[in-house]
Amino acid sequence: MLSRVADRIFWMSRQMERAENMARILGVTSNLVLFGTKDAQQQKTLLAPLSITETDTAFFENHKKLTLPALLDFMALDEKNPSSIYSCLKWARENAHAVRWQITSEMWETLNATWLELKGFKRKDIVGADATRFFDWVKDRSHLFRGVTYGTIVRGEAFNFSRLGTFLERADNTARILDVKYHILLPRVEDVGGALDYYQWAALLRSVSAFETYRTLYRDQIFPIKVAELLLLERKMPRSLAACFDQVKEALDRIDGKQDKGAKRLAGELHVRLTHADIEEIFQSGLHEYLEQCLDNIGELGNRIQRAYLGTI
Amino acid sequence: MPAPVQHYDEMNLPAGAGRGVREHYRHVVDWLAGMPPERVAEKRREADLLFHRVGITFAVYGDEAGAERLIPFDTIPRIIPLAEWEMLAKGLKQRVTALNRFLHDIYHGQEILKAGVIPPEQVLTNEAYQVSMIGLELPNRVYSQISGIDLIRHEDGGYYVLEDNLRTPSGVSYMLENRKMMMRLFPELFATQSVLPVEHYPGLLLDTLRAAAPHEMREPTVVVLTPGQYNSAYFEHAFLAQQMGVELVEGADLFVKDGHVYMRTTGGRQRVDVIYRRVDDAYLDPLAFRPDSFLGVPGLLSVYRAGNVSLANALGTGVADDKSTYPYVPDMIRFYLSEEPILKNVPTWQLKKPDDLAQVMDNLAKLVVKEVQGSGGYGMLIGPTSTKKEVEAFRARILANPANYIAQPTLSLSTCPTFVEQGIAPRHIDLRPFVLSGKDVKFVPGGLTRVALKEGSLVVNSSQGGGTKDTWVVE
Repeated sequence: MLSRVADRIFWMSRQMERAENMARILGVTSNLVLFGTKDAQQQKTLLAPLSITETDTAFFENHKKLTLPALLDFMALDEKNPSSIYSCLKWARENAHAVRWQITSEMWETLNATWLELKGFKRKDIVGADATRFFDWVKDRSHLFRGVTYGTIVRGEAFNFSRLGTFLERADNTARILDVKYHILLPRVEDVGGALDYYQWAALLRSVSAFETYRTLYRDQIFPIKVAELLLLERKMPRSLAACFDQVKEALDRIDGKQDKGAKRLAGELHVRLTHADIEEIFQSGLHEYLEQCLDNIGELGNRIQRAYLGTI
Repeated sequence: MPAPVQHYDEMNLPAGAGRGVREHYRHVVDWLAGMPPERVAEKRREADLLFHRVGITFAVYGDEAGAERLIPFDTIPRIIPLAEWEMLAKGLKQRVTALNRFLHDIYHGQEILKAGVIPPEQVLTNEAYQVSMIGLELPNRVYSQISGIDLIRHEDGGYYVLEDNLRTPSGVSYMLENRKMMMRLFPELFATQSVLPVEHYPGLLLDTLRAAAPHEMREPTVVVLTPGQYNSAYFEHAFLAQQMGVELVEGADLFVKDGHVYMRTTGGRQRVDVIYRRVDDAYLDPLAFRPDSFLGVPGLLSVYRAGNVSLANALGTGVADDKSTYPYVPDMIRFYLSEEPILKNVPTWQLKKPDDLAQVMDNLAKLVVKEVQGSGGYGMLIGPTSTKKEVEAFRARILANPANYIAQPTLSLSTCPTFVEQGIAPRHIDLRPFVLSGKDVKFVPGGLTRVALKEGSLVVNSSQGGGTKDTWVVE
């Protein structure tokens, strides 16, 4: 397969997955803001999505005050923010258009229709009363795209690169979402374990569709260490890092890799590490530090994939 | 408005020759008569929907970025009797063979110039003449592997060549899709008579491209080179690549190393032997031609000159399809093949000649004037359908640079019944057969019929609101 085509397919899938995860992050933020009665706590909550996506600088270049509508406008609709839902949907469609002959017509039509439907939403609704409906719509479109892809595409390189893009992006996003909690740490020790703490963890679980899964798998109260275990190491949970890396490794293994540049080796290493990791140890040495390490590794793997298969030789 | 009075009706016999339709249209006429108007309307809507869904569209220059338009498809076929087609086929083969001989000659011995048949400056100062092609030996001595020859039928019933397209002629995908559409919408029509098939065109094209490989090789790697998704003919590039089962590449997918051209793939570099390029000469290699081109491949020309990659069509074919070269084609046929031309040329005034210019200036409102390098129906004047102001504005443009123009009598393109808003009405048509030159000359019967949908209009180009019809050669 041409590198350019593989690159477009890889990014098309990443961008759809990113749009979905943005919707998830913004959904949980809108929810958490309701609980932060104190101004300082609210600001922390609003700042978290910017910090974890590393877009805080870009935000404050154009905004003086951090409010929920301003945050939603920037992260959902800002054309200049390359990670905004708007940008993701736009580029997913652009990429699909460029390779519409190498993907199925159903895939192209799904992304094209998504882009056209996006224009039917009104800005004031998205940053206001209709935010939840909008985020649900984004998630639905992403589910639809993944289903259409899985249901129609030939099991060849296009499928491999699409899968690689989806799950690498998802691994990255799950790590970032889990890290939200670090950024909104409660100010006083006595609040930990309190009602607010509980709601924060519950909201976080819901944001990755894992609230029911937690209940089913653990049949227990919500404990931070178990939430972390679920999102990092539980392969039955389809958005966990371990589950994502099962998929990443399998997709990479199927790619004809004469000039791999260490991509497969790194994916294998990360896969093994997640398989044998121990959540107690991770907590002892610091969850935030562990997540930062994960994000670095995922970034490096992305770079190696880019160099080996998608870029110039 | 003094439009041409007479024109040849492809379906109906002239009033004087008794009533009725031409024999080869009888089936279609009966079928049309027997079909209720609702069903016709329904089928036309279905065709529209199918074309939209498949994405057979045409990007139009100057429209909002990326805008895509559907080329209108008319469901009444254009029919050519087999005997007539056989005559055309012979003429096309003759003409394209002579044009290829001419291209080889002007980049080698230049016999035709030495013999005084064509003035040397006509060829050597032509901006499409490529000095870098001098002395280069091409496989089978073929320069134009894919030629689109535009034909019209005059009021006298005879076919005339309107122009030759030897650079990157387009439209063949519509020919193929139109047939597919007709068979899908009206299978009953094909059951009652034998329409010669065209579906094997992509196979013939692949054979032709393989025959162009630089050396004898078992399975040369062929690619289609497109300027990219925003090009007006992108649909066709992608369509042909897919139909032939070869890669559709952009300039950035290719690179030159150690005297060969390679494409970048996820499995590493892969050598490319034949490039069916749908990119103009000037954009092919930024090192040799336009340095600002992102569409080409740096170093491509050096590999081409070393004989390690083939281009289809070759560089520098434009000198042969230029409208100022066109008047010499009948003489080329006589010179190279010692045959009389089977297909007629339209009489043409070359405005670089003072006598021709004077004659044309006196009759401008009656004539058609074209830029010698123009294409797509842009930059032309159709005297009889233009206002006085338009004619005078064009006159000024001609006088500023007469050598840039040729003039022809306003031809009466034949008409074919066509669905329009008011029902069925005659509309002007032309025909573009696609001629493939490899080890020998091949084509599928027929070609692309373009139709001017505006009443009285003679401009059939899709960029100017033209439509298309399925073209049948029937036994």
